[in-house]
Amino acid sequence: MKMYLNSIFADPERTARLMDIAQSSFLPLLKGAIFYTIPLTIITFIVGLVLAILTALARISHVKVFQIIARVYVSAIRGTPLLVQLFIIFYGLPNIGIIIDSYIAAVIGFSLSVGAYTSEIIRAAILSTPKGQWEAGYSIGMSYPQVLRRIILPQAARVSIPPLSNSFISLVKDTSLASLVLVSEMFRKAQEIAASNYEFLLVYSEAALIYWAICFILSIFQQYFEKKLDRYV
Amino acid sequence: MISIQGLYKQFGNLEVLKGINLEVEKGNVVVIIGPSGSGKTTMLRCLNVLETPTKGVISIEGNTLDFSGTVPKKNIAAFRRLTGMVFQSYNLFPHKTALENVMEGPLIVKNENKDTARKKAQILLEKVGLGDKIDFYPAQLSGGQQQRVGIARALAMEPKVMLFDEPTSALDPELVGEVLKVMKDLANEGMTMMVVTHEMRFAREAANEVIFMDQGVVIERNNPEEIFTNPKEERTRKFLNMIQ
Ligand SMILES: Nc1ncnc2c1ncn2[C@@H]1O[C@H](COP(=O)(O)OP(=O)(O)OP(=O)(O)O)[C@@H](O)[C@H]1O
Ligand SMILES: [Mg+2]
Repeated sequence: MKMYLNSIFADPERTARLMDIAQSSFLPLLKGAIFYTIPLTIITFIVGLVLAILTALARISHVKVFQIIARVYVSAIRGTPLLVQLFIIFYGLPNIGIIIDSYIAAVIGFSLSVGAYTSEIIRAAILSTPKGQWEAGYSIGMSYPQVLRRIILPQAARVSIPPLSNSFISLVKDTSLASLVLVSEMFRKAQEIAASNYEFLLVYSEAALIYWAICFILSIFQQYFEKKLDRYV
Repeated sequence: MISIQGLYKQFGNLEVLKGINLEVEKGNVVVIIGPSGSGKTTMLRCLNVLETPTKGVISIEGNTLDFSGTVPKKNIAAFRRLTGMVFQSYNLFPHKTALENVMEGPLIVKNENKDTARKKAQILLEKVGLGDKIDFYPAQLSGGQQQRVGIARALAMEPKVMLFDEPTSALDPELVGEVLKVMKDLANEGMTMMVVTHEMRFAREAANEVIFMDQGVVIERNNPEEIFTNPKEERTRKFLNMIQ
């Protein structure tokens, strides 16, 4: 540590080189974040949420087959490492002739993961809505899908916003795993830059700072939303 | 107008309704009394088909559901619209304002357009004395006000019969009157009503008929004056002594 700092500040030439690298790598990293990391996060979260709602509904439905499918899905995804899932999709599937673009593979892998983990959040939120809410909906003639969409899910959404925001923030960081299936998201950019100039500490720290900044901004949004939703309930 | 024939309801091994037979004429207000666990709530819930009877026939204004066979979902939905249900715990939608609570049924179930539904909801809320609270959320209303929104919400579907399950028993005593007043007004307008309640004054003042239930059957029915001063059955007498 001391040596590193010494080497930076004792040697003006090296200092200048590091400053230069920090500057020149910032834009590519930021581009990686803006064009890959953030869209990947948003797309997978939306697809994942849809999966999660379907899975939660399957879990609480009275149809045995739906229940079993949902349980197996959640269990399989939660019981295996995300990295292994990504490798199966990107490197494994070509063996049986299914070749998937790396970005799409990442979207599929992360969505499946988000879907499984957040389905439990949504299921709990739906179950936490009082039975009287279903009955009040039915009593004015609403159908199951109508009660679900108009009465239950909006209330469940309020309950699940805090845990869902946590999942979203985790996902931002998890997308760095996509570098291992060759998606040129921010962390892969960082690896490429560092490999060319050997300043691993500097470049990876820079990437870390950008992740931190994104998550920090997200947590501010999270607090804002929670306050807003809390008002009348 | 309402007819219940041989209504049975079983929860697992527990038989709660054991062959209820009952007719209610149009415009009548029927108060149902009886000890806890006698099946009063269950009977109302069967009429609203929130519970599926084990067997029996219920019919309202010529619409009939026969539970000896399987009943199609479509028929249940249609039948449900004949009755409006008011719950002991109000069950208002907490994420919707008073107005939105009342509009929900007409808007979503009857596919009315927004303006019509809004106007109608506004009139109903004025009618229950909440014209100045239409944009309030349930959490901003007192229990009595919430229950009046609950009544307006049920009325918005223009039911043939209103079912009330202990509508005032969750309320502080000083709030009971405002809800009972709305119910009396409704009775005076000729609404057919079935009301489970412990409010004997309401029964005396607004009911045409009082029904005493015990252990899943109707024990006695008569006009309020008769049943309160001169009950025919021993069990009715015992119950009335206990609560008075
Ligand atoms: N969903 C249910 N599952 C099992 N048992 C039930 C269910 N609903 C009601 N019961 C039972 O049925 C019986 C009658 O209940 P019900 O609520 O109809 O009585 P009630 O006359 O309304 O009583 P109260 O005056 O206490 O409201 C009770 O023993 C109750 O425990
Ligand atoms: Mg009851």
